Amino acid sequence: MNQRSSNLLDEALGLDQSIEPWPLRGRIVAIEDQVETSGSFVLHHILKRSLSPNSSNVSIFIAFSQPFSHYDRVLRKLGCNLVTQRDNNRFFFFDMLMLQCPGGDEGISPECGLIALYGKIYKTIVALPEVSSKNVTIIIDDLSLMEVAANGSSDYVLDFMHYCRTLTTEFDCSLIALNHEDIYSSADRPTFLLQMEYLADILIKAEPLATGLASDVHGQLTVLNKGMNYRQGSSRNKISNFHFKVKENVVECFYPGSQG
Amino acid sequence: MAAAKTRTSSFSRNISAAAPSQGPGLKCGPNGTVFLSSGISDLDKILGGGFPLGSLVMVMEDAEAPHHMLLLRNFMSQGLVHNQPLLYASPAIDPRGFLGTLPSPAASKDEKSHKHDPDQEKGLRIAWQYKKYFGESQLNFDGQRDGKHEYSNEFDLRKPLERHFLSAQRVDCVSIQDSPNLSALQDRSATFLSQYPRNDGSISCAGRIAIQSFSAPQCAYSNMEWDMLSFIRSLKSMVRSSNAVALITFPPSLLSPSFCKRWQHMADTLLSVKAIPDEDKELSQLLTGYQDMVGFLNVHKVARINTQVPVILDATTFSIKLQKRRFLVLECLNQAPVDGSSGTSYGTSGSCSGSSKTGNLDF
Repeated sequence: MNQRSSNLLDEALGLDQSIEPWPLRGRIVAIEDQVETSGSFVLHHILKRSLSPNSSNVSIFIAFSQPFSHYDRVLRKLGCNLVTQRDNNRFFFFDMLMLQCPGGDEGISPECGLIALYGKIYKTIVALPEVSSKNVTIIIDDLSLMEVAANGSSDYVLDFMHYCRTLTTEFDCSLIALNHEDIYSSADRPTFLLQMEYLADILIKAEPLATGLASDVHGQLTVLNKGMNYRQGSSRNKISNFHFKVKENVVECFYPGSQG
Repeated sequence: MAAAKTRTSSFSRNISAAAPSQGPGLKCGPNGTVFLSSGISDLDKILGGGFPLGSLVMVMEDAEAPHHMLLLRNFMSQGLVHNQPLLYASPAIDPRGFLGTLPSPAASKDEKSHKHDPDQEKGLRIAWQYKKYFGESQLNFDGQRDGKHEYSNEFDLRKPLERHFLSAQRVDCVSIQDSPNLSALQDRSATFLSQYPRNDGSISCAGRIAIQSFSAPQCAYSNMEWDMLSFIRSLKSMVRSSNAVALITFPPSLLSPSFCKRWQHMADTLLSVKAIPDEDKELSQLLTGYQDMVGFLNVHKVARINTQVPVILDATTFSIKLQKRRFLVLECLNQAPVDGSSGTSYGTSGSCSGSSKTGNLDF
């Protein structure tokens, strides 16, 4: 249907190959964007692919940014009904909009709700029937707001990410996280961003075009896929770069200059 | 939004429950959003309808000029005229004093001459792009409107808002100068917003929150960067689940660049205002109508609620002008004709589209 136009992004992620095994199984994907160009459409795309009807994937969505109604509407236009998926226990939505660590007093639960959140995720995964055969995708939108919820303690957020990483090894979960690159690039020491980039197996950057905004091309995506396995068994880094245009029901990806 | 279980397919059309008959103050928009007016009709048009309910609008101030006050005043007045209660917070000791400066809607039969001839109006409608060649007074051709029933009023900045609009039931003021932390403001906001919960039913009333100069240095909390950010985040989350719009203005120069970016990412709609230096010869050669301009308004981000498609505007920088020193209008920038005999080429006259040196129009 709309497979052809998203092919460049799917290709870059390895999603154009066979559905089983799920190409993102056990891998960490970090998405970076900026104020001028939002990268949340990549999250929506991966969520849609993960909930495709031919697979038994389960998605756990941790939302710091928008309420459920927003994602429901967006995904519905993309052809995926989150309410049905939620009822069928294929989609779990954790609304973290009001999570806030109590500031000041360090003695009372300094890690605040993040440890509890990890516990919740763990319990959800463990409670799944036949968990070893299911591909679980954990999606976080977005990390900079998790930092705000933790009152600026990026150490706790990194701890949380490392805990989630154990899930990728223990249960072969995929971990997808969105962050804002321009927040850290303007800081003195962009430690947090570099840590995430190091952790990630796939790094996706959404940037505006160097020439500014245009209505036909919304920006450019650079996908760095570390250690991508090709069918021949060889594994090497793959970098893809292409332009995109975000529409209600699809993301069109094309090489520069090839869009009519 | 209707309950999911009664639908047979996932693509049925949602008939929005908020009919425009709720009052002139609300307007339905795409993707199930409902707009309220910013108080400046030109800005509503630029933003595609107005400010959507549940969104957070942030305005970056310019330390050299108080143009953000123009946006604030119109926003506040529009809400009061439409019976939308207001929570106003400012660093002043007595924020109520600011209410005296709010403008009143212009009388509909004011100096603007309305052409009631329908043929003439149709002619104007077709040739809209040439409106800058007609007199300004012919722009508002909808002569039927009464001031109170319009979605967006024209505000007369020289006429103060009538006192009955400023009653305590409609306006709640908070001074944020002396509060050591933001919990008081957060509680007040939470109480205010709890009166306008978002549910699937029709919208009975909408509320507005206006916070002026949020990170101003005279506020005691202004060096608590993470606390301010937490407040904005929790305000945004509360507003998301209410039928309200929050507008925050702040001076970006007082924040560290990294935090300024964080604030910008928080905003659903992000605007900035900039002062225009008087008697700038370069600018006066570059732009038509320079003498009438008060400042620039830049639209950085437009709210994207319930959709993933970004809004790309044809122009993001607009000039702020005061018509007859009373009415606020926003206009696209028009580049002045280049004098062919002067010898300077097109590219080196400091054009808007970018040159090697940063001009005054670069934000």
